[in-house]
Amino acid sequence: MLAYIAHYLVMVGIYTILATSLNLLVGYSGIFSLAHAAIYGIGAYASALAALQLGLGFWGGLLVAAVVGAFAAALVAIPSLRVAGDYYIVASFGLQVVILTVFINWTSLTNGHAGLPGIPRPRVFGLVVDDPFKYVVLSLALAALTYLVCRRLTASAFGRTLRAVREDEIAAAATGKNVVAVKIAITTISSALGALAGSLYAHYITYINPTSFSLDESIFITSLVILGGTERLAGPLVGSLILLAVPEALKFLAIPDTVAAPMRQILYGALLIVFMFVRPEGILGRARPRRAA
Amino acid sequence: MTVQGVSRAFGGIQAVEACTFEVAPRLITGLIGPNGAGKTTVFNLITGFLRADGGSIRFKGEELLGLAPHEVEARGVVRTFQHLRLWGKMTVLENVLLGCRTPLGESVVSLFLRPARVREEEATARRRALEVLEFFGLAGRAHELAEDLAYPEQKLLSMARIFATDAEVFLLDEPTSGLDADSLQRIVPMVRRLVEHGKTVLLIEHNMELIAQLSDEVVFLHQGRVMARGRAEQITRDPALTEIYFGV
Repeated sequence: MLAYIAHYLVMVGIYTILATSLNLLVGYSGIFSLAHAAIYGIGAYASALAALQLGLGFWGGLLVAAVVGAFAAALVAIPSLRVAGDYYIVASFGLQVVILTVFINWTSLTNGHAGLPGIPRPRVFGLVVDDPFKYVVLSLALAALTYLVCRRLTASAFGRTLRAVREDEIAAAATGKNVVAVKIAITTISSALGALAGSLYAHYITYINPTSFSLDESIFITSLVILGGTERLAGPLVGSLILLAVPEALKFLAIPDTVAAPMRQILYGALLIVFMFVRPEGILGRARPRRAA
Repeated sequence: MTVQGVSRAFGGIQAVEACTFEVAPRLITGLIGPNGAGKTTVFNLITGFLRADGGSIRFKGEELLGLAPHEVEARGVVRTFQHLRLWGKMTVLENVLLGCRTPLGESVVSLFLRPARVREEEATARRRALEVLEFFGLAGRAHELAEDLAYPEQKLLSMARIFATDAEVFLLDEPTSGLDADSLQRIVPMVRRLVEHGKTVLLIEHNMELIAQLSDEVVFLHQGRVMARGRAEQITRDPALTEIYFGV
């Protein structure tokens, strides 16, 4: 039972990193992305390949994941964020589809649907993190680090500019803000952090395949942000704690597996709809932002 | 600032045609004309929100045409908007802070590598923002949301925001529209005070009486062309221009 709770907490840590990094875009910058699962996958594959083919350790893999994730997002962000409006939703949807197709079809690198097995467990400061209890510490520590990075970014002049760009790009440009540069910067940072979660996941499960990084997963990560509360740094943690508990709770009911999977999707959908009506700002969200500057 | 032969067409409509005028330093220049004369288009061209088809706009020897809006701001030319475009969900103080220079706080690298300098810069910006709010009589509302201010105060805030940028040339798009007589008494002297603080003002305004009272010089636009330039009293009393303006 304890190992079971530890596994749950490891996944909460991973999804908190994903949702916190996505919140930088959706919550703070008003940039809606559907590619976060692809970025998560890029992190996982980059890190797994770095370990399997280059023999890189966990920290090296994390770094590779962040750099490749940031690069992939920048590639799409640089042309598409120059155009004002919601164009990035379409571009990010395209990125999600393309990346997933690459995971499936570039078999010489990714091994296609069969996936990549045998990813080594991380070695951190000489200690092999080989059971869920140790991994909880690693996962939550990285989640906390992501939280601190995001807090530093959002509680600064940079964060203020993000919110100004989200509210009114034209006013921000007239006040001297380089709107395009700010949007590209935050998209790149968000993706670098999201890719870290992928690395953490790959070394935890030790096996990855494309099904973990589908569009459904992108929507799931978005749900975590919306449920927890956009523009609240603790929102993603709350969203992850609740939404990851849903499938676990279903396991305690005597529901066959064939029913449980679709049931889970129905429950996520129902939760989102209920929240849209009852509390669109999410659990921790404010109907109005803080008054203090 | 010199505007020289600037043109811009939208499809078949020539919104601004070979527009030429000067904005004299440390004076108030009124840009007037009937609806559709191209006044706001001229603002958009100067501030980089629209690309010109031809011509030149120079300030301190530098060409402004072809620059992005934030680059125009960096060269000391800022604007307000007729519909204000305040950040309504942000506080009054934040609206002004966004005008202040905070290059270190806006740089992701400095945020993590030079935290002490960033903190220092933010403290300086806050002091400056509060001074600006004091100047505009809004210090008491610093922590309220911009959308909660009364309309005349929002107009003042839109001016305070650009005042914080330290720019030299202010383009004010109808700073008094929609105001009652009492509120005018708050805004009009403030435009004067900008000039007393060494600023140069180019002003779009519909109220002829105000133009006569406020402007040192007037540029009269009609169908995208400069019809007349001169002293305010001379333009506002010209019967031919008055006829175009009021359509009588």
